[in-house]
Amino acid sequence: MSVPKLLLTRDTLLGLLRQMTRVRRFEEKCAELYQAEKIRGFLHLAVGEEAICTAIMAALTPEDAVVATYREHGHALVRGVPARDIMAEMYGKAEGCSRGRGGSMHLFSAAHRFYGGYAIVGGGLPLAAGLALADRMQGQKRVTVCFFGEGAAAEGEFHETMNLSALWKLPVLFVCENNLYAMGTRLDLSESETDIHAKAQAYRMPSESIDGMDVVAVDAAANRAIAAIRDGAGPHFLECRTYRFRAHSMFDPQLYRSKEEVEEWKERDPIPRLGNWMRQAGMLHDRDVEKIEADAKIEIDDAIAFAETGKCEPVAELTRHVYAETAS
Amino acid sequence: MSAAPEITYRDACREAIRDAMKRDERVFLMGEDVGHYGGCYAVSKGLLDEFGPERIRDTPLSESGFTGMGIGAAMNGMRPIVEIMTVNFALLALDQIVNNAATIRHMSGNQFGVPLVIRMATGAGKQLAAQHSHSLEGWFAHVPGLKVLTPATLEDARGMLWTALEDPDPVLIFEHVMLYNMAGTLAADAGAVPIGKAAIRRPGKHVSLITYGGSLPKVMKAAEELAGQGIDAEVIDLRTLRPLDDETICGSVARTRRAVIVDEGWRSGSIAAEISARIMEQAFWNLDAPVGRVCSAEVPIPYPHHLEEAALPQVPEIVAAAKKVVG
Repeated sequence: MSVPKLLLTRDTLLGLLRQMTRVRRFEEKCAELYQAEKIRGFLHLAVGEEAICTAIMAALTPEDAVVATYREHGHALVRGVPARDIMAEMYGKAEGCSRGRGGSMHLFSAAHRFYGGYAIVGGGLPLAAGLALADRMQGQKRVTVCFFGEGAAAEGEFHETMNLSALWKLPVLFVCENNLYAMGTRLDLSESETDIHAKAQAYRMPSESIDGMDVVAVDAAANRAIAAIRDGAGPHFLECRTYRFRAHSMFDPQLYRSKEEVEEWKERDPIPRLGNWMRQAGMLHDRDVEKIEADAKIEIDDAIAFAETGKCEPVAELTRHVYAETAS
Repeated sequence: MSAAPEITYRDACREAIRDAMKRDERVFLMGEDVGHYGGCYAVSKGLLDEFGPERIRDTPLSESGFTGMGIGAAMNGMRPIVEIMTVNFALLALDQIVNNAATIRHMSGNQFGVPLVIRMATGAGKQLAAQHSHSLEGWFAHVPGLKVLTPATLEDARGMLWTALEDPDPVLIFEHVMLYNMAGTLAADAGAVPIGKAAIRRPGKHVSLITYGGSLPKVMKAAEELAGQGIDAEVIDLRTLRPLDDETICGSVARTRRAVIVDEGWRSGSIAAEISARIMEQAFWNLDAPVGRVCSAEVPIPYPHHLEEAALPQVPEIVAAAKKVVG
């Protein structure tokens, strides 16, 4: 673990550990709730990938904007969308962050400039570039961060957006969460060039690939990239190499990869990796971990209770908000 | 008092954009060849010089990319006008239009809206063959969350953009290629026109001819011929395909008791089919004859002039269809 020691205080590291743990426990609970049929539809977990959303969100200000995918529970949580609102959304309740209408794949929160989870692979990229274009045209110093998986690199919208963003020097950070599988199709079975960050370089966009299992490495890269974008350097691209420990969704028997491969990657689990390093450096003690776990449990239990007691949106409201309701 | 100068539909479209750009600094135009080339159909000619490259943006050939960027910019405080060269090219942007623009308000629980205007050319008549000539506006009218406008007059070409830009939701404007050269005069104070309301372009008693867009001039001509044969046709210009103005359509049918729908789209699964169904649902007992339809032949639009003409609704067919329902 390459830690720029002078920059990262114990509090900062503890904060990263807390967020990653929170996301992990939240998602583990979601899987249980899915089995219990409290959550339905598709549920895509990002267990193993928490370092990325955790570090990127830490580098943003509240004025920045986030565009995410259908695997976005952690992104919304770390961005600050309350766990209650997310859980209620997964339950399809009217108190959910999208009024219960989007479910797991479509979390939205205007208050957090969380512009949504998009479930058509690659579909969020042009939209993110458009948010950034608007910021630039309005003289805003804000940055838009756009998350997507490596599967998106096969979509035309990916290439269209890389070209347009670089051509127009838009203030957007593209974060590729490369977990090696597009659903069940391994990267080298779907891409002639498996080095995703090189694709962005081909559009003359500053781009690097980093260890997505190392929260400190992601944090350092994110801060560099976002500072440059804010300074007007145009779009940047981070390919974060990571792995999802669990199935693609709840319907996936994982025929496409071996247990050994999964176990190998689990050795690089970002949470113990940071925790162990902090312990060795004398920055983490049992009571810290106990506190983090206890806080996460309280928060998640509270979120579930909130979702359980939430209300279903009346059917009479089904057709509301297809179009804006004009006040006058 | 001096007469108003004659202008074309194309000029009216351009004036609408100029006016919007001057009135609202959030408005910008983006699309293929809208700047240096002046627009494929010369609608935006001269606007680059007047407003500069920040607001008149030439894009690469990336329909999905720049349409999606229009959506993002609209969600973040701007009022973009995206121009897609023809409706056939809009198929490359269907993901953004249908999966994003149309869904975001409802799917986000009304937290985000997409006040975006997308203009595009539609229709046949210029011998551009099977990949530049189709009329797919009816497809878009299928989708909740979108509004679909089909200006067929100078007033509507001039005024609908204004209303569309003030709309908090995505609006698609279809400009028929055969209308661009249509000339006429426009009042000096021509401005915003309401959308969502059909217009009676010619009142009549014996049959309602219901149409929109590039078919309107043909239907007006057919109505004149019918008048010479003692049939007084009412002509309804739909103006908006989504939402459809059921009240005007069914009100007309209730008076004339007969209807023929003229639509340059293909008959199967067309907007003409939708209108016919609504007449059955809402005005069946007023009908004295089955609803008639004149649509395009169910073929990819061919290149040669005579075949293209044969594929499209034409005046003699419209006249014949009207006479058939009048009996």
